[in-house]
Parts: sequence; C-alpha cells; structure tokens
Amino acid sequence: MNKLSNAIKYVVLSIAAFVSIFPFLWMIMGTTNETRDIVSGKIKIGGKFLINMKTLFENDLDFPKALVNSAVIAVLTTVFALLLSSMAGYGFEIFKSKGRERIFNVMLLSMMVPFAAMMIPLYRMFTKLNQIQIGSVKLSTYFGINSLFVVIVPSVATAFLIFLFRQNIKAFPKDLVEAARIDGLGEWEIFARIYMPTAKNTYAAAAIITFMSSWNNYLWPLVALQSPEKRTVPLILSAMGASYTPDYGMMMCGIVIATLPIALIFFILQKQFVAGMMGSVKG
Amino acid sequence: MRKTKKRVWIGTGNDFITLPLILITILVFVPMIMALITAFQSGPPLNMKFNGFGNFARMLTDSTFKKAFGNTFLYLIVQVPIMLFLALVFSSMLNDTKLKFRGFFRTALFLPCITSLVSYSLIMKTLFADAGLINQILGTQIHWLTDPVFAKILIIIAITWRWTGYNMIFYIAGMQNISPDIYEAADIDGATKTQQLFKITIPNLKPIILFTTITSTIGTLQLFDEVKNITNGGPANSTITLSHYIYNLSFNFGKPNFGYAAAVSFVIVICIVVLSLIQNKVVGNE
Repeated sequence: MNKLSNAIKYVVLSIAAFVSIFPFLWMIMGTTNETRDIVSGKIKIGGKFLINMKTLFENDLDFPKALVNSAVIAVLTTVFALLLSSMAGYGFEIFKSKGRERIFNVMLLSMMVPFAAMMIPLYRMFTKLNQIQIGSVKLSTYFGINSLFVVIVPSVATAFLIFLFRQNIKAFPKDLVEAARIDGLGEWEIFARIYMPTAKNTYAAAAIITFMSSWNNYLWPLVALQSPEKRTVPLILSAMGASYTPDYGMMMCGIVIATLPIALIFFILQKQFVAGMMGSVKG
Repeated sequence: MRKTKKRVWIGTGNDFITLPLILITILVFVPMIMALITAFQSGPPLNMKFNGFGNFARMLTDSTFKKAFGNTFLYLIVQVPIMLFLALVFSSMLNDTKLKFRGFFRTALFLPCITSLVSYSLIMKTLFADAGLINQILGTQIHWLTDPVFAKILIIIAITWRWTGYNMIFYIAGMQNISPDIYEAADIDGATKTQQLFKITIPNLKPIILFTTITSTIGTLQLFDEVKNITNGGPANSTITLSHYIYNLSFNFGKPNFGYAAAVSFVIVICIVVLSLIQNKVVGNE
C-alpha cells in the first residue's frame, strides 16, 4: 500500500513538473521554427533561429529600443523604490510614535486600491501635465504621458515594500542605533552606514520583486505609453501576438529574451527570489 | 538635556517618511478620491457633469457589464479553488523529506512564476491554436480561442498553470512549521496520507490557506493581462473581465467614457474592501 502511494506520488509530481516545464521548452523550440510549424503544433528543432532573431531585431516594431526602455524603467524604478521604501520602513520602525503608527495604518489601506480604479485619474493627471509649458520647455517631454517618468513614478513608493522593510527592521538590533547615537553619528549616517549593510537580504528580495513587476508591467504602460518609440517589451510582445499575420517564431525569440533576465535572477538568487515573492507573510 | 536630545531624533523620523508618504498620497489616495468623484459624472472627458447615480443605474441594464461581472466571478469561483487544492496536494507531497528529487520538483513547479503575464499568455495562445499541439495531443478539434465556453476554460487553465506553484511555496513554508511528530503519531495510529492531509495539514494551515484565498481572489478580481492577450475578451465579450471592460471603456473605444468606467472600477474596490475586511476579521480572531 505504502509503495503504491509512493509510486502515485512520483507519477503525479512528474506529470506536474512536466506540465510546468513544457511551455518553457516549447518557447525555446519556437525560436527555431516558423509560424506555420508553431500553430500546427510541430515538436521539432527547426533551422529558423537566426532568421527569427534577425526579423525580431530589424522589425519596425523596434524591439531593441523597447529593451532599452524596459531596462531603464525597471532599473530606475528599482533604485528609487528601494531607497524610498527602506527609508520609510526604517522611519516607521525606529522612530515609533503614536501619530506615525496611525499614519502607517492609513498608508496600508493603499494596498487595497486596485490599479483599475487608479488608472483613469492617473491618466488624466498626467495628461494635465502635458499641457503645461515653462518658457520653451514642454513638461510633457519629461513628465507627461508618453514619458518614461510616468511609468516609473507610480511604482517607486508602495505600501507593500514599506511594510516589507518595516517587518524586517523589527529583527534589527536597536541597541546598534543607540550606540551609534552616543558615538555622535547623525540619523542619516546611522541609516546608511549601520542599517543598510545589515539588510542586504531584504534589499535583494525587494529588488527582485520590484524589478520583476516593473519589467513585466503591462496595463499601465499600455495606457501611458502610446507613442511607438516609448513602448516597453511587454507592449511589443503583446502587439506581435495581436497582429493579423503574426510571426510566432520572431515572437518566441522576443519572449525568450524577455524571460531571460528574470530566469537568471531566479537561478542565481533562488533563496532571495522566493523570499521576495513571499514577502508579505514574513514576520 | 537628554529629553531635548530625544525629542530631536524622534522628530527626524519624519524626514524618513515624508517623501514616500507624499508620493503615496498623490499617486494612490488622490486618484482614489478623483475616481470616486468621476464615478458620479458623465460626458466627454473635458466637460464632465455630475449625474448622480446614473452610472450605477446603467450597470443594471448593461449586458457587457453583466458579462464582465459574471466572467470575473466565474474565474474566481472555479479557478481559485482548483488552483489552491492543487497547490495543497503538491506541497503535501513535497513535504516528505524522504522524497527523491525534492528540490527539482519544487523548482520545476515554481518555475511558471518567473514568466511575465504577457509572455505566458502568448505561449498559451500558440499551444491552444486550432491545429495546435494541445488539440493534437487530445485528438480533438476544439476552438479554444473562439468558442465561448472553451475560451473560458483556456483562461482558467492558463491562470492555474501560472499561479499554482506560487501558492504552493506558501503552503510548503507553512508545513515546515507543523511538527513531524504529529505525522509519525498518525502513521503509527494507521491514518492514511489522505486522512493526514485533511485531519492534520489543512487545519494547521488554515491562516495561510485563508491568506492565499484572499490574495488570489484580489488578483482574479483584477485579471487583465491574460484575457487581453489570449482572447482579447472575445468571442463577443464571452471572456471579458471587469478590468478589461474598464480598459475598453476608457481607452479602447472611440469615445472614452471615464465616468462609467470609474463607476465600474468601484465595483472592484467594493469587492476588495469587503474581502479584506473578512480577512482581517478571521485572521484577527486566530
């Protein structure tokens, strides 16, 4: 009986593992095939890889530009989000006061707001910026709809990350802060030189979630970035999939390239990756 | 002297939190209030006028809204339980330290989480094409992308593929906190593995199961990327979700209807607030 249930376990897990992994093999295989073979479900390694890659990079959709846009957005979002959220998490936990505790609880409510509800007002807010002109400088070039700024700024301060940092600061020995104060260090110095180096794992986990959600973000860029040269990778991929005569071989190349950075982070930093994904239940 | 010094550093706490709070206020709370105001207005974007509960009344007779609402809840009621049940089964299988290839199975099952929602949606779209691989394996000729019923099933299959491993890691983490002695004692008493799952594992994981239920529910209420990229809401809106409908109302048709779209978005807000209150109440009691 036990042997049988053990065998069932291995069979079930093997099937589940196969189903989970197969789409990855399929997309890698797809990079070597043409559309006809992909939609007719052929399992084979074709010889179209170089042609598909060439089409991807020389297509009018301008995939290289989208890669640059996505990278700039994801890196800037991650840097600012980590800085601002660790500051706030630290501020709330190290400098506890009744008032700030109340503000913290109100801030947590912002996690409940679905993006679908914020999308329209945000769009209208940033459209207003488009109309402002200072001298000969149009604000829209840098801050309005169609600027990379518009995609970065809503993701740099999130209650979720502040909460994540605060949870992790709870385990940080507060005596260190006291000792540093007696040594005459300023509050910002204590934050930067005492706290930050001890929180590497938290920063890593937070960086992974932020980078990943920014790199993969779709709905807000779809609304906010309408001019072709500002499009990000998910927008280009989505456009490829929705085209009337899709080139799926090329699209698979794009998908593999889009997945690669996240896959690398996952395999190199697996522990922090999982910790980041689970962030909200820690502590 | 000491007291004034203390007051000085307590005050600096505000330096750390002010900028992030200003950003959250401008980018979340202000838009939220604006959305609420907009929900009671109608007309073209540059000349919106208050129309009371007109937008909310319109929902009652809007067949696309009813479809979007119905679909969203269908995905919720069917997909979330299937996914969480699978996640529980896999995690309890993986919770066995004697299991061979345990690390491999865990990594493999978690792997779908590294894909972007757009990417995996497009992969699914190619696999489920009319002459595609899935139909060949099953020996069927199902129109997964264009049949109103099968398109819904496809969306459910896709989301389950992407998110089961994600929920599984929460359960694995929770199970590590259950003492192995309990299972040993159950083994000695002759309890089967299935009995152990229902009598020991599930009761002990109750808070985590609740947590995953709420997060999956909130996620499903906001479902957009998959539907947009796999079926684009079709055929004839038979897979459309609330978020997708809001997007269509605001940005996809010739005339944007921000007022009505904002009103629809408040249906999601209300659902999420109610669910979060339930979660707080239940978790608070634990």
